[in-house]
Amino acid sequence: MTTKSLNNPRKNGRILGQTSAYVLCLIFAFLFLAPIIWSVITSFKPAAEALAAPPTGLPSRISLDNYLKLDRYGAGIAQYVFNSVVVAFITVIGSVLLSTLGGFGFARFNFRGKNPLFLLILSSLMIPFQSILTPLFVILTGIHLQNTLFGLALVYITFQLPFGVFVMRNTFAAIPREIEEAALLDGCTVLTLLWRVMIVLARPGIVTVGLYAFLNSWNEFLAALIFMSKEDRFTLPILLANVHSGRFGTVDWGALQAGVTITIVPCIVVFVLLQRYYIQGLTSGSVK
Amino acid sequence: MASIDIDHVAVKAVTVRPKTRRRISPGLWFVLPCVLFTLTFFILPLILTAWMSLHNWPLLGKTSFIGLDNYIALTKDAQFWTALGFTTLYTVIITPVIFGLAFVLALLVNLPLRGIGFFRTAFFLPVVIGLGTSSLLWVWMLNDRVGIIDGVLMALGIVREPIIWLGDANTALFVIIVSVVWKVVGFTMVLLLAGIQAIPSDLYEQAMVDGANFLTRFTRIILPLLRRTIALALVLSVIGSFLAFDQFYIMTRGGPRNSTISVVYWIFNNGFNAFKMGYASALSIVLLVILVALSAFQLFVLRDDTTQ
Repeated sequence: MTTKSLNNPRKNGRILGQTSAYVLCLIFAFLFLAPIIWSVITSFKPAAEALAAPPTGLPSRISLDNYLKLDRYGAGIAQYVFNSVVVAFITVIGSVLLSTLGGFGFARFNFRGKNPLFLLILSSLMIPFQSILTPLFVILTGIHLQNTLFGLALVYITFQLPFGVFVMRNTFAAIPREIEEAALLDGCTVLTLLWRVMIVLARPGIVTVGLYAFLNSWNEFLAALIFMSKEDRFTLPILLANVHSGRFGTVDWGALQAGVTITIVPCIVVFVLLQRYYIQGLTSGSVK
Repeated sequence: MASIDIDHVAVKAVTVRPKTRRRISPGLWFVLPCVLFTLTFFILPLILTAWMSLHNWPLLGKTSFIGLDNYIALTKDAQFWTALGFTTLYTVIITPVIFGLAFVLALLVNLPLRGIGFFRTAFFLPVVIGLGTSSLLWVWMLNDRVGIIDGVLMALGIVREPIIWLGDANTALFVIIVSVVWKVVGFTMVLLLAGIQAIPSDLYEQAMVDGANFLTRFTRIILPLLRRTIALALVLSVIGSFLAFDQFYIMTRGGPRNSTISVVYWIFNNGFNAFKMGYASALSIVLLVILVALSAFQLFVLRDDTTQ
């Protein structure tokens, strides 16, 4: 059997094909992962090594120098992490809440103006927020939410709504009506129905919406740059951009990479844990 | 008998009575919050942008109505037209690169190999880290003193002096494109992959039985069936490229010598550095019109021809 398969050209061809595919995959995986890994490694180098020109290889020892140096910028790293966390938290809660309520309303009820309203919400996907920056600035200033974490989060929540309502409406529409009818027959009010029954069944959609809301608000740059002018209100990306631009003195590349690592790690962790929800969110939109 | 009939009819009339027009459907209450948010933070700003574009609108001080003066100034604004040209060039170059690579990766990751899921995750990972963060990562790697890229090139003897990647307009554009492709290609890959996996496998197998080689299978079967997916991915990619800001702000600050200023960067400069918010609003309206036209054009060109 063994000699036969060794001389089998088709099987050898397939093994060759598979090996080259794996090699190709490994090369690409290296290209995609290496920059991130390199940034993390550098962040743990002793300060002198992190700033070495030309760059050194692996760190001689694990050191937290760069993280400590990062803390000396502005109001200290804890403040900026706090800012990013607060904005992300409000955005996630708000997006999930509004999308779930809205998706439920659109999926399960008929009312006058339902279709135009749904189109209205979806149409805001066509309006790039980059073209409404100036009025958003004016509106936020007008309601005294300019330069506040809450105001920024409100803007972020609105960005999430078209996608969120779309996902939640599809999620609720896919739940069989029999379950609803059974619950209503048992004496549930509509709100109890939503809270007890539907939320549990719609959990995948909710996780998807929350995940996208988190990633988008945590990483967002332009709106945060414009709406946050007070230094102690910066979110992480804005802090790091300022560390890089020299606002806090000459660029400390090691500290910068420490900051980059802090910003990247939550995204990667959250993504790896909730991967299938992310992919599901993408594909549910594309295979419509 | 007659009375039972009347009662029966009366009961029916009671239960079938339609809701009075004044009662608001509960559905409306559920969607009201989203609608309010959308109105306040999308629709109202949209109208306000148009309104602001007709004014001279400084940050502090009085605003004054100036009609179409901002738009007239726009036509004479050399930096705007340069930015528009640059953004178009950037989009035209980066889009095929993204799609070419995304197709290769999607086909690769679609192979029934063990552990292929790990590679799919690896290729996708840069997508979740944010463009601002990615730009900070790359601007460090590209640095001529401490960056790893020049470090490796010099160590391997490929170059004798470090290349100042971001110091020259052409190399700057090149490396920015590389960094952005690195970050975004996974996204397009996943969209294409979903489309490919939706193709019924018997179509595919039939073609293999008929002796079609890979290229024929690709162009005759995969591409046509992926039309809708490609259209969606293309529109998203082109819009994203046209709205690029983070990478130019962080990596080059629009330099060297203003050669990498994108349209959004120019809006940002006018609106939030020079605080000429009326003018920036006019620029925003022009951007909006261009984008809507661009998307409409793409969707038209890629529409499903059912006569095929």
